[in-house]
Amino acid sequence: MKLMQGQFSFLPDLSDDDIRVQAQYAIDNGWAVSVEYTDDPHPRNTYWEMWGHPMFDNPDAAAVVYEVNACRKEHGSTYIRVIAFDSSPGWESIRMSFIVNRPEVEPGFRVVRQEGEGRTVRYTIESYAMREPEGSRYA
Amino acid sequence: MNQMSNQTVTDAKKRYSAGVMKYAQMGYWEPDYEPKDTDVIALFRITPQDGVDAVEAAAAVAGESSTATWTVVWTDRLTACEKYRAKAYRVDPVPGSEGEFFAYIAYDLDLFEGGSIANLTASIIGNVFGFKPLKALRLEDMRLPVAYVKTFQGPATGIVVERERLNCYGRPLLGATVKPKLGLSGRNYGRVVYEALKGGLDFTKDDENINSQPFMHWRDRFLYCMEAVNRASAATGEVKGTYLNITAGTMEEMYARAEFAKSLGSVIVMIDLVIGYTAIQSMARWARDNDMILHLHRAGHSTYTRQRSHGVSFRVIAKWMRLAGVDHLHAGTVVGKLEGDPATTRGYYDIFREERNPMALENGIFFDQEWASLNKMMPVASGGIHAGQMHQLLHYLGEDVVLQFGGGTIGHPHGIAAGAQANRVALEAMVFARNAGRDIWNEGEDILRDAARTCTPLKQALDVWKDVSFNYASTDAPDFAPTPEVSA
Repeated sequence: MKLMQGQFSFLPDLSDDDIRVQAQYAIDNGWAVSVEYTDDPHPRNTYWEMWGHPMFDNPDAAAVVYEVNACRKEHGSTYIRVIAFDSSPGWESIRMSFIVNRPEVEPGFRVVRQEGEGRTVRYTIESYAMREPEGSRYA
Repeated sequence: MNQMSNQTVTDAKKRYSAGVMKYAQMGYWEPDYEPKDTDVIALFRITPQDGVDAVEAAAAVAGESSTATWTVVWTDRLTACEKYRAKAYRVDPVPGSEGEFFAYIAYDLDLFEGGSIANLTASIIGNVFGFKPLKALRLEDMRLPVAYVKTFQGPATGIVVERERLNCYGRPLLGATVKPKLGLSGRNYGRVVYEALKGGLDFTKDDENINSQPFMHWRDRFLYCMEAVNRASAATGEVKGTYLNITAGTMEEMYARAEFAKSLGSVIVMIDLVIGYTAIQSMARWARDNDMILHLHRAGHSTYTRQRSHGVSFRVIAKWMRLAGVDHLHAGTVVGKLEGDPATTRGYYDIFREERNPMALENGIFFDQEWASLNKMMPVASGGIHAGQMHQLLHYLGEDVVLQFGGGTIGHPHGIAAGAQANRVALEAMVFARNAGRDIWNEGEDILRDAARTCTPLKQALDVWKDVSFNYASTDAPDFAPTPEVSA
């Protein structure tokens, strides 16, 4: 299973230069770029761990690639994404988000069905990796 | 009294003596009037009957859409009638269309009940559209004052929060309408939903006339669709949705269906424009209260939006729907099978998505319009589009849009999931290329061909649909073309 979140998961894995080019697009639009990582790939896991603060005053995407690689060194067996924040009025949220690192094996999700009356089903989806405790999910 | 004059009769005794008088003379034509910031302004395209003066026709429209009746009534004098009279203040011939005129009419804010599209439209498009002295009448645009805009809820969710809920940023959303639109059983219907979502779409959609028919009752559809949504979500690790159409014969039934969709965990429900403005506002309120995205299909709009001389422009419908509070609304594709020239469609998209619309005659926008922080509506592009047009779609429609490839997904030679994958790969490749500074308008086909090298389904899609385009003259293009500036 491949986690398909983000802008570019359907494309071949991004090279460091691809990451630089996309991050520069964000910077040129005035957005602050940030690096985040997690070992919980659930689509509603909003808060990935922050690899430092968003880089508010950084004009050069090479610094983003540097941080991605630093994060990879420490958390290379987890998911890492690059996101861009836009503080303009009327938006004040994320403008870009793309995955730049993934675990070697992605075990995927199971669907858990709680069957109720009248054929209704309460669904939840659960990452197989989450059965292991934090820190040993993709060991 | 000069019957030929359009001058308002100011002498009260003459003005209110029983009988019939020209609308212009009754005070519905005020060429010197300066609209107040709080006035509602309507721009009508009027086609007077032969021999009817354009100014008098404009005054009649102002009269019939506000206080007037066909004869003088003394009871006007019990009211502050000068205030309540709508005022036609400007009449211009339509460039290039003999016999047609643009009439600008201002309405005092107190003529309208806050927060009610029904009340607004009962005046502005009420009796007046059947008025005999006019051959035809079209409401082209409206300026809605901030004071009035603020009385409406606006889109229940809005583009930004919709993206946050879907965890989807930086690219158009992808959808597909399940086909065939009629006849599939619930079980078979859910199959299409599952394949399309698993393949890479964010949304699937019920069609406008899928409600609860003998071949598939609504409850069955909802259950199978949510099984499909959750399975696809597990297969991809993404938030997925399917627009469950809750349109029904009564509000009670719509609420019941909406509640059931909510109980199953759907992120979105759908209604049709034909349910009416009040029903739409009620469902928008329900959607806000229940954290639900509200999709509106504009079923029926072409009966009154398409012809240039008579009806209501879609840009006005778009403004009303942003006030009413829907999150999604179909707005045209430019390149697909349904009506829409690029400049006019651009105007619609701006009304959906901008904080402020400056006047832009070349896009059919006649007024500056402030949206006063009302949420933005997500435009939906649907009808005859396919992966091979991705560069054109991104160029014309931008990033905040749902691109719906129904046939362009389900009609793929290697199946629905392959079709969905082709669309998603084409989209991501195009967004990537645009961000990387490539000229997607001119290099689009190369970008798609390159992406197809590592994606066989995309190659197959490009081969099947490479020659499909819909090039017909538009029936509703702007009346004004931009003129190049003459340099001194």
